[in-house]
Amino acid sequence: MYEGIVQSLIDELGRLPGVGPKGAQRIAFHLLATDATDVRRLASVLVEVTERVRFCRICGNVAEEEECRICRDPRRDASVICVVEEPKDIAAIEKIREFRGRYHVLGGAISPIDGIGPDDLRTRELMVRLSDGAVTEVILATNPNLEGEATATYLARLLKPLGLRVTRPASGLPVGGDLEYADEVTLGRAFEGRRLLDV
Amino acid sequence: MAGPAVRDNDTVSLYRDDGIVLRTQKLGEADRIVTILTRRNGRVRAVGKGVRRTKSRFGARLEPFTHVDLLLYTGRSLDVITQAETVRAYGGPLAVDYPRYTSGTAMLETAERFTPVEKEPIIRQFLLLVGGLRALGERVHDPRLVLDAYLLRTLAVAGYAPALDECAVCGTPDPVNTTGSRSFAVPAGGLTCRSCRPPGAASPAVATIALMRSLLRGDWAQADISQARHQVECSGLVAAYVQWHLEHSIRSLRHVEHV
Repeated sequence: MYEGIVQSLIDELGRLPGVGPKGAQRIAFHLLATDATDVRRLASVLVEVTERVRFCRICGNVAEEEECRICRDPRRDASVICVVEEPKDIAAIEKIREFRGRYHVLGGAISPIDGIGPDDLRTRELMVRLSDGAVTEVILATNPNLEGEATATYLARLLKPLGLRVTRPASGLPVGGDLEYADEVTLGRAFEGRRLLDV
Repeated sequence: MAGPAVRDNDTVSLYRDDGIVLRTQKLGEADRIVTILTRRNGRVRAVGKGVRRTKSRFGARLEPFTHVDLLLYTGRSLDVITQAETVRAYGGPLAVDYPRYTSGTAMLETAERFTPVEKEPIIRQFLLLVGGLRALGERVHDPRLVLDAYLLRTLAVAGYAPALDECAVCGTPDPVNTTGSRSFAVPAGGLTCRSCRPPGAASPAVATIALMRSLLRGDWAQADISQARHQVECSGLVAAYVQWHLEHSIRSLRHVEHV
Protein backbone atom coordinates (compact mmCIF):
# COMPACT_ATOMS: atom_id res chain seq x y z
CA MET A 1 0.00 0.00 0.00
CA TYR A 2 2.92 2.35 0.81
CA GLU A 3 6.35 2.84 -0.81
CA GLY A 4 8.53 -0.28 -0.39
CA ILE A 5 10.51 0.35 2.80
CA VAL A 6 7.61 2.00 4.68
CA GLN A 7 5.36 -0.96 3.90
CA SER A 8 8.14 -3.34 5.02
CA LEU A 9 8.34 -1.47 8.34
CA ILE A 10 4.54 -1.71 8.79
CA ASP A 11 4.62 -5.42 7.96
CA GLU A 12 7.44 -6.09 10.46
CA LEU A 13 5.73 -4.09 13.24
CA GLY A 14 2.48 -5.92 12.50
CA ARG A 15 4.18 -9.21 13.38
CA LEU A 16 4.68 -8.09 17.00
CA PRO A 17 2.26 -9.50 19.60
CA GLY A 18 -0.77 -7.30 20.20
CA VAL A 19 -0.03 -5.03 17.22
CA GLY A 20 -2.63 -5.08 14.45
CA PRO A 21 -2.38 -3.53 10.95
CA LYS A 22 -3.71 -0.14 12.13
CA GLY A 23 -1.44 -0.07 15.16
CA ALA A 24 1.56 -1.02 13.02
CA GLN A 25 0.76 1.85 10.65
CA ARG A 26 0.46 4.28 13.57
CA ILE A 27 3.82 3.21 15.07
CA ALA A 28 5.51 3.39 11.65
CA PHE A 29 4.34 6.95 11.04
CA HIS A 30 5.30 7.89 14.59
CA LEU A 31 8.84 6.61 13.91
CA LEU A 32 8.97 8.53 10.62
CA ALA A 33 8.04 11.73 12.43
CA THR A 34 10.43 11.13 15.36
CA ASP A 35 13.93 12.56 15.65
CA ALA A 36 16.42 10.31 13.80
CA THR A 37 18.68 10.01 16.89
CA ASP A 38 15.87 8.48 18.94
CA VAL A 39 15.04 6.01 16.18
CA ARG A 40 18.70 5.02 15.83
CA ARG A 41 18.91 4.46 19.60
CA LEU A 42 15.85 2.16 19.44
CA ALA A 43 17.35 0.27 16.49
CA SER A 44 20.68 -0.21 18.25
CA VAL A 45 18.95 -1.50 21.40
CA LEU A 46 16.99 -4.00 19.32
CA VAL A 47 20.18 -5.26 17.67
CA GLU A 48 22.03 -5.36 21.00
CA VAL A 49 19.24 -7.34 22.66
CA THR A 50 19.31 -10.02 19.99
CA GLU A 51 23.11 -10.27 20.21
CA ARG A 52 23.61 -10.12 23.97
CA VAL A 53 20.57 -11.62 25.68
CA ARG A 54 20.46 -15.35 26.29
CA PHE A 55 18.91 -17.70 28.83
CA CYS A 56 20.67 -18.40 32.13
CA ARG A 57 22.22 -21.88 32.04
CA ILE A 58 21.10 -22.53 35.64
CA CYS A 59 17.58 -21.14 35.98
CA GLY A 60 16.44 -20.28 32.44
CA ASN A 61 15.89 -16.58 33.22
CA VAL A 62 16.91 -13.97 30.63
CA ALA A 63 20.55 -13.00 31.16
CA GLU A 64 23.31 -11.03 29.51
CA GLU A 65 25.96 -13.51 30.62
CA GLU A 66 26.01 -17.26 30.97
CA GLU A 67 24.35 -16.94 34.38
CA CYS A 68 21.67 -14.40 35.32
CA ARG A 69 22.09 -11.68 37.97
CA ILE A 70 20.12 -13.67 40.57
CA CYS A 71 22.07 -16.91 40.12
CA ARG A 72 25.38 -14.99 40.39
CA ASP A 73 24.34 -13.15 43.56
CA PRO A 74 25.97 -14.89 46.60
CA ARG A 75 23.55 -13.14 49.00
CA ARG A 76 20.58 -15.06 47.58
CA ASP A 77 19.42 -18.08 49.59
CA ALA A 78 20.46 -21.17 47.64
CA SER A 79 18.30 -23.48 49.78
CA VAL A 80 14.99 -22.17 48.36
CA ILE A 81 13.98 -22.38 44.70
CA CYS A 82 10.87 -20.70 43.35
CA VAL A 83 9.58 -22.42 40.20
CA VAL A 84 7.83 -20.12 37.71
CA GLU A 85 6.42 -20.52 34.19
CA GLU A 86 8.07 -17.55 32.43
CA PRO A 87 10.96 -15.10 33.06
CA LYS A 88 8.40 -12.26 33.40
CA ASP A 89 7.00 -14.03 36.50
CA ILE A 90 10.43 -13.54 38.14
CA ALA A 91 10.11 -9.78 37.60
CA ALA A 92 6.65 -9.85 39.26
CA ILE A 93 7.94 -11.74 42.33
CA GLU A 94 11.07 -9.58 42.60
CA LYS A 95 8.81 -6.52 42.89
CA ILE A 96 7.50 -7.69 46.29
CA ARG A 97 11.07 -7.60 47.74
CA GLU A 98 10.21 -10.47 50.10
CA PHE A 99 11.67 -13.48 48.38
CA ARG A 100 15.46 -13.94 48.77
CA GLY A 101 15.83 -17.38 47.23
CA ARG A 102 16.56 -18.39 43.64
CA TYR A 103 14.35 -19.24 40.70
CA HIS A 104 13.76 -21.89 38.09
CA VAL A 105 11.92 -21.05 34.86
CA LEU A 106 9.92 -23.96 33.39
CA GLY A 107 9.26 -22.28 30.05
CA GLY A 108 5.48 -22.76 30.20
CA ALA A 109 2.89 -25.04 31.79
CA ILE A 110 1.65 -28.53 31.03
CA SER A 111 -1.13 -28.21 28.47
CA PRO A 112 -1.99 -31.56 26.82
CA ILE A 113 -4.60 -29.90 24.58
CA ASP A 114 -1.80 -27.80 23.05
CA GLY A 115 0.50 -30.84 22.91
CA ILE A 116 2.73 -29.61 25.76
CA GLY A 117 3.69 -32.34 28.20
CA PRO A 118 6.16 -32.43 31.14
CA ASP A 119 9.03 -33.37 28.80
CA ASP A 120 8.56 -30.13 26.86
CA LEU A 121 9.30 -28.07 30.00
CA ARG A 122 12.56 -27.62 31.95
CA THR A 123 11.59 -30.28 34.51
CA ARG A 124 14.70 -32.40 33.92
CA GLU A 125 16.93 -29.38 34.58
CA LEU A 126 15.02 -28.77 37.84
CA MET A 127 15.60 -32.33 39.01
CA VAL A 128 19.32 -31.99 38.21
CA ARG A 129 19.49 -28.80 40.32
CA LEU A 130 17.83 -30.56 43.25
CA SER A 131 20.06 -33.61 43.10
CA ASP A 132 22.95 -32.16 45.17
CA GLY A 133 20.79 -31.84 48.32
CA ALA A 134 21.50 -28.11 48.85
CA VAL A 135 17.86 -27.14 48.29
CA THR A 136 15.42 -27.66 51.17
CA GLU A 137 12.30 -25.90 49.87
CA VAL A 138 10.69 -25.62 46.44
CA ILE A 139 7.95 -23.01 45.92
CA LEU A 140 5.71 -23.93 42.99
CA ALA A 141 4.65 -20.48 41.76
CA THR A 142 3.01 -21.52 38.50
CA ASN A 143 0.00 -19.45 37.40
CA PRO A 144 -3.16 -19.88 39.50
CA ASN A 145 -5.11 -21.25 36.54
CA LEU A 146 -5.97 -24.81 35.62
CA GLU A 147 -2.79 -25.51 33.64
CA GLY A 148 -0.64 -23.96 36.36
CA GLU A 149 -2.37 -26.02 39.06
CA ALA A 150 -1.95 -29.23 37.07
CA THR A 151 1.74 -28.43 36.50
CA ALA A 152 2.20 -27.80 40.24
CA THR A 153 0.45 -31.11 41.03
CA TYR A 154 2.71 -32.96 38.60
CA LEU A 155 5.87 -31.37 40.04
CA ALA A 156 4.78 -31.91 43.65
CA ARG A 157 4.35 -35.61 42.91
CA LEU A 158 7.77 -35.69 41.24
CA LEU A 159 9.46 -33.91 44.19
CA LYS A 160 7.74 -35.87 46.98
CA PRO A 161 10.26 -38.75 47.08
CA LEU A 162 13.13 -36.23 47.53
CA GLY A 163 11.80 -35.30 50.98
CA LEU A 164 11.81 -31.54 50.27
CA ARG A 165 9.40 -28.96 51.62
CA VAL A 166 7.13 -28.25 48.63
CA THR A 167 4.91 -25.17 48.93
CA ARG A 168 2.55 -23.17 46.74
CA PRO A 169 1.75 -19.44 47.10
CA ALA A 170 -1.67 -18.74 48.65
CA SER A 171 -4.57 -17.81 46.39
CA GLY A 172 -7.39 -15.55 47.36
CA LEU A 173 -8.93 -12.14 47.29
CA PRO A 174 -7.20 -9.24 45.55
CA VAL A 175 -6.28 -6.37 47.85
CA GLY A 176 -8.54 -3.38 47.22
CA GLY A 177 -11.44 -5.39 45.83
CA ASP A 178 -14.97 -5.83 47.16
CA LEU A 179 -15.94 -9.24 48.54
CA GLU A 180 -19.32 -9.20 46.78
CA TYR A 181 -17.64 -9.14 43.36
CA ALA A 182 -15.30 -12.07 44.05
CA ASP A 183 -16.06 -15.19 42.06
CA GLU A 184 -16.86 -18.36 44.00
CA VAL A 185 -13.67 -20.18 42.95
CA THR A 186 -11.38 -17.43 44.25
CA LEU A 187 -13.50 -16.88 47.36
CA GLY A 188 -13.47 -20.64 48.03
CA ARG A 189 -9.67 -20.68 47.79
CA ALA A 190 -9.46 -17.67 50.13
CA PHE A 191 -11.54 -19.50 52.72
CA GLU A 192 -9.52 -22.69 52.32
CA GLY A 193 -6.32 -20.76 52.98
CA ARG A 194 -7.64 -18.57 55.82
CA ARG A 195 -5.17 -17.82 58.62
CA LEU A 196 -5.43 -17.28 62.32
CA LEU A 197 -5.51 -13.64 63.40
CA ASP A 198 -3.32 -13.69 66.46
CA VAL A 199 -3.82 -10.24 67.99
CA MET B 1 -38.45 20.33 15.74
CA ALA B 2 -36.98 16.85 15.65
CA GLY B 3 -35.80 15.41 19.00
CA PRO B 4 -32.27 14.15 19.64
CA ALA B 5 -31.29 11.19 17.50
CA VAL B 6 -31.74 7.90 19.36
CA ARG B 7 -29.53 5.08 18.09
CA ASP B 8 -31.35 1.93 17.16
CA ASN B 9 -30.41 -0.88 19.54
CA ASP B 10 -32.17 -3.66 17.65
CA THR B 11 -28.99 -4.90 16.01
CA VAL B 12 -27.36 -5.79 19.36
CA SER B 13 -28.03 -9.47 19.77
CA LEU B 14 -27.75 -10.74 23.32
CA TYR B 15 -28.26 -14.38 24.13
CA ARG B 16 -27.96 -16.60 27.18
CA ASP B 17 -26.75 -20.18 27.24
CA ASP B 18 -24.86 -22.57 29.48
CA GLY B 19 -21.89 -24.65 28.48
CA ILE B 20 -18.60 -26.32 29.31
CA VAL B 21 -15.38 -24.35 28.69
CA LEU B 22 -13.27 -26.50 26.36
CA ARG B 23 -10.24 -24.34 25.72
CA THR B 24 -8.87 -20.86 26.30
CA GLN B 25 -6.33 -18.90 24.27
CA LYS B 26 -4.66 -15.63 25.17
CA LEU B 27 -5.78 -12.62 23.18
CA GLY B 28 -4.02 -9.26 23.32
CA GLU B 29 -3.01 -7.74 26.64
CA ALA B 30 -5.51 -9.24 29.07
CA ASP B 31 -8.28 -10.95 27.06
CA ARG B 32 -8.93 -14.57 26.26
CA ILE B 33 -10.71 -16.38 23.45
CA VAL B 34 -12.83 -19.01 25.17
CA THR B 35 -14.20 -22.04 23.32
CA ILE B 36 -17.40 -23.33 24.93
CA LEU B 37 -19.59 -26.33 24.13
CA THR B 38 -23.03 -24.92 24.89
CA ARG B 39 -26.33 -26.63 25.47
CA ARG B 40 -28.37 -24.78 22.81
CA ASN B 41 -25.85 -23.17 20.43
CA GLY B 42 -23.27 -25.93 19.99
CA ARG B 43 -19.63 -24.88 19.97
CA VAL B 44 -19.19 -21.14 20.50
CA ARG B 45 -15.98 -19.08 20.44
CA ALA B 46 -16.24 -15.91 22.45
CA VAL B 47 -13.99 -13.22 23.88
CA GLY B 48 -13.68 -12.77 27.63
CA LYS B 49 -12.48 -9.19 28.00
CA GLY B 50 -9.90 -8.50 30.70
CA VAL B 51 -10.28 -11.99 32.19
CA ARG B 52 -6.52 -12.47 32.63
CA ARG B 53 -6.33 -9.58 35.08
CA THR B 54 -6.24 -10.65 38.72
CA LYS B 55 -9.17 -8.33 39.46
CA SER B 56 -11.33 -9.81 36.71
CA ARG B 57 -14.86 -10.52 37.94
CA PHE B 58 -15.23 -13.74 35.97
CA GLY B 59 -11.75 -14.86 34.94
CA ALA B 60 -11.83 -17.88 37.25
CA ARG B 61 -15.22 -18.92 35.88
CA LEU B 62 -13.88 -19.17 32.33
CA GLU B 63 -11.28 -21.84 33.03
CA PRO B 64 -11.44 -25.16 31.13
CA PHE B 65 -13.73 -27.83 32.68
CA THR B 66 -16.07 -25.19 34.15
CA HIS B 67 -19.79 -25.44 33.47
CA VAL B 68 -20.89 -21.82 33.15
CA ASP B 69 -24.10 -19.93 32.60
CA LEU B 70 -23.27 -17.15 30.15
CA LEU B 71 -24.70 -13.98 28.73
CA LEU B 72 -23.12 -13.17 25.38
CA TYR B 73 -23.62 -10.73 22.58
CA THR B 74 -23.04 -11.60 18.98
CA GLY B 75 -19.95 -9.96 17.59
CA ARG B 76 -18.79 -9.67 14.00
CA SER B 77 -16.36 -12.59 14.12
CA LEU B 78 -16.34 -13.62 17.79
CA ASP B 79 -19.09 -13.25 20.38
CA VAL B 80 -18.34 -11.33 23.58
CA ILE B 81 -19.02 -12.67 27.08
CA THR B 82 -20.71 -10.05 29.23
CA GLN B 83 -21.65 -12.16 32.27
CA ALA B 84 -20.63 -15.56 33.58
CA GLU B 85 -21.90 -17.57 36.53
CA THR B 86 -20.51 -20.93 37.59
CA VAL B 87 -22.94 -23.84 37.42
CA ARG B 88 -20.29 -26.35 38.49
CA ALA B 89 -16.49 -26.18 38.42
CA TYR B 90 -15.16 -29.61 37.46
CA GLY B 91 -11.59 -28.36 37.13
CA GLY B 92 -10.67 -28.07 40.83
CA PRO B 93 -10.73 -31.80 41.69
CA LEU B 94 -9.12 -32.67 38.35
CA ALA B 95 -6.16 -30.26 38.63
CA VAL B 96 -4.99 -31.96 41.83
CA ASP B 97 -5.08 -35.44 40.28
CA TYR B 98 -2.76 -35.58 37.28
CA PRO B 99 -4.10 -38.80 35.61
CA ARG B 100 -7.66 -37.44 35.89
CA TYR B 101 -6.56 -34.04 34.56
CA THR B 102 -4.93 -35.55 31.46
CA SER B 103 -7.96 -37.81 30.83
CA GLY B 104 -10.28 -34.80 31.22
CA THR B 105 -8.21 -32.74 28.79
CA ALA B 106 -8.49 -35.53 26.21
CA MET B 107 -12.28 -35.44 26.69
CA LEU B 108 -12.39 -31.68 26.11
CA GLU B 109 -10.26 -31.93 22.98
CA THR B 110 -12.40 -34.78 21.63
CA ALA B 111 -15.58 -32.77 22.25
CA GLU B 112 -14.05 -29.88 20.29
CA ARG B 113 -13.05 -32.16 17.41
CA PHE B 114 -16.51 -33.75 17.23
CA THR B 115 -18.16 -30.34 16.88
CA PRO B 116 -16.40 -28.95 13.80
CA VAL B 117 -19.11 -26.43 12.90
CA GLU B 118 -19.58 -23.46 15.22
CA LYS B 119 -23.08 -22.67 16.52
CA GLU B 120 -24.58 -25.94 15.34
CA PRO B 121 -26.70 -27.25 18.25
CA ILE B 122 -25.48 -30.66 19.40
CA ILE B 123 -27.06 -31.26 22.79
CA ARG B 124 -26.19 -34.98 23.00
CA GLN B 125 -22.46 -34.22 22.80
CA PHE B 126 -22.93 -31.56 25.47
CA LEU B 127 -24.80 -33.90 27.84
CA LEU B 128 -22.26 -36.64 27.23
CA LEU B 129 -19.40 -34.32 28.14
CA VAL B 130 -21.16 -33.14 31.32
CA GLY B 131 -21.74 -36.77 32.32
CA GLY B 132 -18.14 -37.70 31.53
CA LEU B 133 -16.66 -34.85 33.55
CA ARG B 134 -18.96 -35.60 36.46
CA ALA B 135 -17.91 -39.27 36.43
CA LEU B 136 -14.26 -38.25 36.26
CA GLY B 137 -14.60 -35.84 39.21
CA GLU B 138 -16.50 -38.32 41.40
CA ARG B 139 -13.41 -40.58 41.52
CA VAL B 140 -15.47 -43.75 41.55
CA HIS B 141 -14.02 -45.29 38.38
CA ASP B 142 -10.52 -45.47 36.94
CA PRO B 143 -9.94 -42.30 34.82
CA ARG B 144 -8.77 -44.47 31.90
CA LEU B 145 -12.12 -46.32 31.90
CA VAL B 146 -14.09 -43.06 32.13
CA LEU B 147 -12.14 -41.62 29.18
CA ASP B 148 -12.60 -44.76 27.06
CA ALA B 149 -16.32 -44.91 27.89
CA TYR B 150 -16.63 -41.25 26.88
CA LEU B 151 -14.74 -41.79 23.62
CA LEU B 152 -16.84 -44.84 22.68
CA ARG B 153 -20.09 -43.06 23.44
CA THR B 154 -19.10 -39.87 21.67
CA LEU B 155 -18.35 -42.01 18.63
CA ALA B 156 -21.79 -43.60 18.97
CA VAL B 157 -23.48 -40.19 19.22
CA ALA B 158 -21.63 -39.05 16.08
CA GLY B 159 -22.71 -42.23 14.25
CA TYR B 160 -19.34 -44.01 14.33
CA ALA B 161 -19.95 -46.61 17.06
CA PRO B 162 -17.65 -49.59 16.56
CA ALA B 163 -19.41 -52.81 15.58
CA LEU B 164 -19.00 -55.05 18.66
CA ASP B 165 -22.01 -57.36 18.30
CA GLU B 166 -21.79 -58.15 14.59
CA CYS B 167 -19.23 -58.29 11.79
CA ALA B 168 -18.57 -54.72 10.64
CA VAL B 169 -18.33 -55.91 7.00
CA CYS B 170 -20.98 -58.61 6.42
CA GLY B 171 -23.15 -58.23 9.52
CA THR B 172 -22.73 -61.81 10.86
CA PRO B 173 -24.03 -61.62 14.45
CA ASP B 174 -21.61 -62.16 17.33
CA PRO B 175 -18.49 -63.06 15.27
CA VAL B 176 -16.50 -63.85 18.43
CA ASN B 177 -18.71 -66.76 19.46
CA THR B 178 -20.07 -67.89 16.09
CA THR B 179 -16.84 -67.87 14.06
CA GLY B 180 -14.24 -67.77 16.85
CA SER B 181 -12.81 -64.57 15.35
CA ARG B 182 -11.12 -61.97 17.55
CA SER B 183 -10.38 -59.63 14.67
CA PHE B 184 -10.82 -55.90 15.34
CA ALA B 185 -10.24 -53.80 12.23
CA VAL B 186 -10.21 -50.05 12.81
CA PRO B 187 -10.76 -49.03 9.14
CA ALA B 188 -13.52 -51.63 8.71
CA GLY B 189 -15.39 -50.26 11.71
CA GLY B 190 -14.99 -52.86 14.48
CA LEU B 191 -15.09 -56.63 14.87
CA THR B 192 -15.07 -58.77 11.77
CA CYS B 193 -15.75 -62.46 11.16
CA ARG B 194 -12.97 -64.79 10.00
CA SER B 195 -13.81 -64.51 6.30
CA CYS B 196 -13.99 -60.69 6.37
CA ARG B 197 -10.81 -60.17 8.41
CA PRO B 198 -8.67 -57.59 6.57
CA PRO B 199 -4.86 -57.81 6.68
CA GLY B 200 -3.35 -55.98 9.65
CA ALA B 201 -6.42 -56.30 11.89
CA ALA B 202 -5.76 -56.44 15.65
CA SER B 203 -6.52 -59.57 17.65
CA PRO B 204 -7.58 -58.35 21.10
CA ALA B 205 -8.39 -60.67 23.98
CA VAL B 206 -12.02 -61.74 24.36
CA ALA B 207 -12.05 -59.91 27.73
CA THR B 208 -10.93 -56.69 26.00
CA ILE B 209 -13.85 -56.92 23.56
CA ALA B 210 -16.18 -57.56 26.53
CA LEU B 211 -14.73 -54.48 28.26
CA MET B 212 -15.41 -52.33 25.19
CA ARG B 213 -19.02 -53.56 25.16
CA SER B 214 -19.37 -52.78 28.90
CA LEU B 215 -18.00 -49.27 28.44
CA LEU B 216 -20.26 -48.54 25.49
CA ARG B 217 -23.33 -49.77 27.38
CA GLY B 218 -22.40 -48.24 30.73
CA ASP B 219 -22.04 -51.59 32.52
CA TRP B 220 -19.65 -50.24 35.17
CA ALA B 221 -19.92 -53.30 37.43
CA GLN B 222 -18.18 -55.37 34.72
CA ALA B 223 -15.83 -52.60 33.57
CA ASP B 224 -14.53 -51.90 37.09
CA ILE B 225 -13.46 -55.52 37.66
CA SER B 226 -11.59 -55.80 34.32
CA GLN B 227 -7.87 -56.53 34.43
CA ALA B 228 -5.28 -53.79 33.83
CA ARG B 229 -3.85 -55.51 30.71
CA HIS B 230 -7.30 -55.56 29.09
CA GLN B 231 -7.81 -51.90 30.02
CA VAL B 232 -4.51 -51.00 28.35
CA GLU B 233 -5.43 -52.96 25.21
CA CYS B 234 -8.90 -51.39 25.16
CA SER B 235 -7.43 -47.86 25.47
CA GLY B 236 -5.09 -48.48 22.55
CA LEU B 237 -7.88 -49.75 20.30
CA VAL B 238 -10.30 -46.97 21.26
CA ALA B 239 -7.66 -44.26 20.73
CA ALA B 240 -6.79 -45.68 17.29
CA TYR B 241 -10.46 -46.02 16.39
CA VAL B 242 -11.39 -42.44 17.42
CA GLN B 243 -8.48 -40.86 15.60
CA TRP B 244 -9.04 -42.90 12.43
CA HIS B 245 -12.72 -41.94 12.19
CA LEU B 246 -12.12 -38.32 13.18
CA GLU B 247 -9.39 -38.15 10.53
CA HIS B 248 -7.52 -36.07 13.06
CA SER B 249 -5.13 -36.84 15.90
CA ILE B 250 -6.11 -35.94 19.45
CA ARG B 251 -2.94 -34.43 20.89
CA SER B 252 -3.98 -34.85 24.52
CA LEU B 253 -4.22 -38.63 24.20
CA ARG B 254 -0.44 -38.83 23.95
CA HIS B 255 -0.17 -37.20 27.40
CA VAL B 256 -2.87 -39.20 29.17
CA GLU B 257 -1.27 -40.73 32.21
CA HIS B 258 -2.54 -44.00 33.53
CA VAL B 259 -2.72 -44.85 37.21
